[in-house]
Amino acid sequence: MSNPGVRPPLVELTLARVRELVREPEALFWVFVFPILLAGVLGLAFRSRPPEPLPVAIVAGTEAKSRLSALSEDPELDPRLLSEKEAQQALRRGGVVLVVSDDPVPEYTFDPVQPESRAARLAVDAALQRAAGRNDVFEAARSEVTEPGARYVDFLVPGLLGMNLMGTGMWGIGFSLVVARNGNLLKRFVAAPVRRSHLLAAQLLSRLIFLVPEAGALLLFAWLFLDVPVRGSWLLLALVSLLGALTFSGLGLLTAARPRTIEGVSGIMNFVMVPMWIGSGIFFSTDRFPAAAQPFIQALPLTALNDALRAVMLEGAGPAPLLPELAILVLWGVVTFALALKVFRWQ
Amino acid sequence: MSTQPGTLALSCRGLVKRYGDVVAVDGLDLEVSRGECFGMLGPNGAGKTTTIEILEGLSIPDAGEMEVLGERWRGDGLSLRARLGVQLQETKFPEKLTVREVLTLFRSFYPDGPAVEETLGLVALQEKANARVGTLSGGQKQRLSLACALAGDPELLFLDEPTTGLDPQARRQAWEIVEGLKARARTIMLTTHYMEEAARLCDRVAVVDHGHVIALGTPRGLVASLVAEHVVEFAVETEDDLDEGALRGLPTVEGVSRDGAAWRLTVRQVHRAVPALLTALTARGLEPSHLTTHHATLEDVFLSLTGRSLRDE
Repeated sequence: MSNPGVRPPLVELTLARVRELVREPEALFWVFVFPILLAGVLGLAFRSRPPEPLPVAIVAGTEAKSRLSALSEDPELDPRLLSEKEAQQALRRGGVVLVVSDDPVPEYTFDPVQPESRAARLAVDAALQRAAGRNDVFEAARSEVTEPGARYVDFLVPGLLGMNLMGTGMWGIGFSLVVARNGNLLKRFVAAPVRRSHLLAAQLLSRLIFLVPEAGALLLFAWLFLDVPVRGSWLLLALVSLLGALTFSGLGLLTAARPRTIEGVSGIMNFVMVPMWIGSGIFFSTDRFPAAAQPFIQALPLTALNDALRAVMLEGAGPAPLLPELAILVLWGVVTFALALKVFRWQ
Repeated sequence: MSTQPGTLALSCRGLVKRYGDVVAVDGLDLEVSRGECFGMLGPNGAGKTTTIEILEGLSIPDAGEMEVLGERWRGDGLSLRARLGVQLQETKFPEKLTVREVLTLFRSFYPDGPAVEETLGLVALQEKANARVGTLSGGQKQRLSLACALAGDPELLFLDEPTTGLDPQARRQAWEIVEGLKARARTIMLTTHYMEEAARLCDRVAVVDHGHVIALGTPRGLVASLVAEHVVEFAVETEDDLDEGALRGLPTVEGVSRDGAAWRLTVRQVHRAVPALLTALTARGLEPSHLTTHHATLEDVFLSLTGRSLRDE
């Protein structure tokens, strides 16, 4: 065999994929710029700031004046005098979170489902009781938490990283395979003396090459400009990201195993990803879902990935407490790969 | 792996392929010798592509025997694939890669083969070597596809409809490239539904219809096999007084067919048939608005065998 200057097929196949991605400006935007923009914008929108005082209404009448001055004492309350009708209307529209009646013994009208309403009830009641002569038995000391790691943006960044690993893993692999199948390129490869395992391995390798700048850009931006901490080891964080990327590559391979058209694969992709966008704790905690939904939500690969990323970044967790999450990721990865190889349509 | 002239490059017997109720290939037999350029000529849907993909090891027949370069398809067939060059009917190469990158990729699949620049020269794409695939014309893309088929210096080259969809100039350029390959005694198996292409490029032609071979021979031999080697076509405005029987009785006329006002006669001797035809028309007060004669082609062979035109879709 004389093959001077010819690189191995796996290297050429991987290079081809990397070149394709680098030459696609839209792909670069979604992979690199979009997560950073999102982190920046959401970090700005949900930046830490002094809590807004709670708006409450006092129904005008004989008691109103003394109650207004009592409630004004509390900086966490924003009381206003309104007529009975105006007060009810403001409550319905969310302008105030609680209405104090003009009865000698006041009646509080509020929505017990809303945390703000419940907080307002406690604060209003305490202020009125105190004004009526109640003496507090003790005054507890206040200790406010504002350190990095407990803010919304700290919660958000690991979630965005997980979302990005899912998105690029699935689209990056799924799209290129379906385009190649649709354009007879897969068939043309099969007609050549190249191993099918090399064709798929090149997809994974190019994916992993992109993982480094992709995860690195977001983390570096968050670390430098948003003060998001990485309390655990960077190596462990890299390994969790790697595992996540591989898991979603498997899922991407499976969704792209059969469809012949972009429309077909897009439908399946969305079907797979939308539940995880909503349920896997990217933007808000998975605790918001009812207990009945938890087994399903905890079994999703993105939930496991996000939990593991947050544990490493925010809690400084070592590998041992992550084992359940890592096991879920490995299981998803192995099962989807095996299934994908079994049902893969080459032409 | 030297080419032994005289031996078979390809053979198949009783090939059958069904897709549900549709029988795409229906007991097809072929033998192609080394160094030969062999053509499968037939209309779309005749089973040409299915047959060639079975021979390429891309599709498994429901029945039949075949041997390619003395081997049978087994497993992934990598060692056999390394000896073949394949051009599919249509392949969309990655648009963002350059011509040289695509060809380098395909070259890396083969254990042996010419340098990338040499192959680019063969298909006249040197000047486009750094152009992205997305910027190429249809003819250039087709030549890139041909270059990828040549990347491993194949003993046997499969070309499935190599010029379909190309403009006449690009088609002529593709023919010149194939003729250059023929001159190097390479074995080529091609499919086409252009009779000019088959007549110009192929040493032997198998006329294929409904999944089997209905005629086989050299292009010249197939035409000569027609009893009537000439075709007279004419049109008349009113055809009230004209009937097939009257025309069939004219001297040396062998066949009559019509499509509206257009008539078509196959004749043995033009110099006897045409004067008699004009006399017959004048006698009925008719004047042809159009009259041509030509030597029969493979198109006429197909028409006489099936009663249909090659490009009747």
